[in-house]
Amino acid sequence: MSDTKNFMFLNRRAPYGTIYAWESLEVVLIAAAFEQNVSLMFVDDGVYELTKGQDTAGIGMKNFSPTYRTLGDYEVRHMYVDKASLEARGLTADDLVEVEWEDWETEESVDNIVEVVDSDRVAELLEESDVVFSF
Amino acid sequence: MSDLHTVNKSPFEKNSLESCLRFSKSGSAILLYEDGVYGALKGTAVESMIASAVGEKKVYVLGPDFKARGLTDDRIIDGVEVVDYAGFVDLVEANDKVQAWV
Repeated sequence: MSDTKNFMFLNRRAPYGTIYAWESLEVVLIAAAFEQNVSLMFVDDGVYELTKGQDTAGIGMKNFSPTYRTLGDYEVRHMYVDKASLEARGLTADDLVEVEWEDWETEESVDNIVEVVDSDRVAELLEESDVVFSF
Repeated sequence: MSDLHTVNKSPFEKNSLESCLRFSKSGSAILLYEDGVYGALKGTAVESMIASAVGEKKVYVLGPDFKARGLTDDRIIDGVEVVDYAGFVDLVEANDKVQAWV
């Protein structure tokens, strides 16, 4: 039996106002270090976690948004964003950070693993996961 | 004189903004801060709530919280004024009391 599972991190909270977004990111990095198959899903206010150009200098909090762009280096292969959540919140795919992924052994690469998907696809992906971590 | 109403929750997660708008009187000041700043963003599902309030109430958004979330001033609903922390203090001083919608 394989020890590798498909972990899905379901992110539903905006950054900074609560600690959920940051805590999720911490656990994502831990899971990736244990060589699990890690994917991230952003729905509801979670889509606000991925906005480009976050600048927290004025609020005295750590800007953790650059960490999302490094997730490809931790072998996170998929970051999914719910289209309807984006649209309801005044955002488009252009507002989101891009995350590059590369397999150092095979040199296979993907320019941007952030993928906007519809709600049916969100449901499928959640069901296909072995474990869903909710934040 | 009138009151300053503050909203610090996302309008998509809680109904704080909706209740604030429902129960605040004409001429009130409303300040959106922390996750409340998303209420000031153009093109959202709740834009009309704020857009229809700006005529009779003065709506403010805390700039540092808006900027922290990757949002720029050109994306703020027309009629909503950006304030900094000093402006927040001025609003507190200029009004009778502060009513927080948490």
